[in-house]
Amino acid sequence: MAKTYSAGVKEYRETYWMPDYTPSETDLLACFKITPQAGVPREEAAAAVAAESSTGTWTTVWTDLLTDMDHYKGRAYAIEDVPGNDDAFYAFIAYPIDLFEEGSVVNVFTSLVGNVFGFKAVRALRLEDVRFPIAYVMTCNGPPHGIQVERDIMNKYGRPMLGCTIKPKLGLSAKNYGRAVYECLRGGLDFTKDDENVNSQPFMRWRQRFDFVMDAIDKSERETGERKGHYLNVTAPTPDEMFKRAEYAKEIGAPIIMHDYITGGFCANTGLAQWCRDNGVLLHIHRAMHAVLDRNPNHGIHFRVLTKILRLSGGDHLHTGTVVGKLEGDRESTIGWIDLLRESYVKEDRSRGIFFDQDWGAMPGAFAVASGGIHIWHMPALVSIFGDDAVLQFGGGTLGHPWGNAAGAAANRVALEACVEARNQGVQIEKEGKEILTNAAKSSPELKIAMETWKEIKFEFDTVDKLDVSHK
Amino acid sequence: MSTMQDYQSSLDDPNSRKFETFSYLPEMDQARIRKQVEYIVAKGWNPAIEHSEPENAFDHYWYMWKLPMFGETDVDTILAEAEACHKAHPDNHVRLVGYDNYAQSKGAEMVVFRGKPV
Repeated sequence: MAKTYSAGVKEYRETYWMPDYTPSETDLLACFKITPQAGVPREEAAAAVAAESSTGTWTTVWTDLLTDMDHYKGRAYAIEDVPGNDDAFYAFIAYPIDLFEEGSVVNVFTSLVGNVFGFKAVRALRLEDVRFPIAYVMTCNGPPHGIQVERDIMNKYGRPMLGCTIKPKLGLSAKNYGRAVYECLRGGLDFTKDDENVNSQPFMRWRQRFDFVMDAIDKSERETGERKGHYLNVTAPTPDEMFKRAEYAKEIGAPIIMHDYITGGFCANTGLAQWCRDNGVLLHIHRAMHAVLDRNPNHGIHFRVLTKILRLSGGDHLHTGTVVGKLEGDRESTIGWIDLLRESYVKEDRSRGIFFDQDWGAMPGAFAVASGGIHIWHMPALVSIFGDDAVLQFGGGTLGHPWGNAAGAAANRVALEACVEARNQGVQIEKEGKEILTNAAKSSPELKIAMETWKEIKFEFDTVDKLDVSHK
Repeated sequence: MSTMQDYQSSLDDPNSRKFETFSYLPEMDQARIRKQVEYIVAKGWNPAIEHSEPENAFDHYWYMWKLPMFGETDVDTILAEAEACHKAHPDNHVRLVGYDNYAQSKGAEMVVFRGKPV
């Protein structure tokens, strides 16, 4: 029977709280951590979030009756306690797939983390996880190439790759910058990287940087006989400018370029990823601004969601934190989103903060990038945590070597290979790390002096954002 | 500066040419190579042997020594093939590959006999 129109304000839960609903395989599912305002019941707060992130408005409107709202609405279907936090709860919400434009993380997140995050009835709101149905995943472009293709292009097998961000991050001339790149690459690194702050400033315009860096890549390849790359940052003020820089990178034969997907924007990133697939250029992704969104345990977007956004939008590498270096990162939680970045199927695992099964189907995985405050003493832990499908990036840990970048690079390469060899032999490398490195240093003076330089440097601040399961 | 060591690497020194994984470690003896073969077998990967003149080592494709040893799990058999390839091409690099058919990639690849630098 047709519904009748009655103007006014209804409680959200009358329409959007559906505890008996069984999510469909094609639904997009979200888990929010909600801290409601005092006096707002959980069901009402959950329903409000479902409404405001889908079809709802604060009041009934007559045009609701021109469509099938029961089909299009988001449904809050479950509520759970947050371990260790009595003020907040988890709300699970199912959205029908046709609320979203195909292949558009822009559209999905305009709904999921749009107006609802400023909504008065909730004091704080955090998007903890999203299950993308395989039907939606297959509409997205995804990583331009993925792990397997990149290994083949770069000819790197059976080990993590090594990188380094060139420092100082601002102020070098293009030619001096290229020198720093060349020294790192000839010493044994696979990649060097533009710092994210380096775009095209007056002290070093992009065009000269690209030219001198390419010269460094060419010479280091002839010298070492190995394939090399440098992430040329094409993040730019406008999409036109970004594509202009990407085209030039391709023209001079650069194997890989880079983009900042949050500050640059998901629209620009998705477009660039498609361009990269079309043009055979690898794409490294940096994540500046992520901590603004993901660090507060009660408000924002968890990084595992930002990881999924990137995998759908497209990138062949993504910075994931190091667990052991200077930047924030809980170990189990980090392993959770590394899986989400690389594996084809990830099962729900609350001990790693994963709320849903996630099927990626045929979508390629991307390399995890560990970067920030790491050096050779961290190598055994890094190899153990990240496995082979990672890029381990030692910035200060290469450039800060007392004999210079080439020696620093060689020290890292020797340490890496020694750890991989030991791992393959079945050695517990985190436990035996010191012995492995000490032994390797016998044939590498570069490693020996590096071990002396960085002895005892540790970062032991506690993480601010811990998994909720670990609180009690 | 006297304690600072110069980094030895140049275009005119063929010893500067590397060959990817494990080429920054000292050349492996038979016992260490055996361990790596055991790792490939334990992973369920398909071992293979390839070789190349050192001057052409940058090329993607090296010469296959026979076909990959699909399903071969006997470490001595695999080592014997590497040895046979080395005997037939003593000046060439000989590398051991572990084909991971699930990842459609090589799970392992390392030079086990280093050729004569040129």
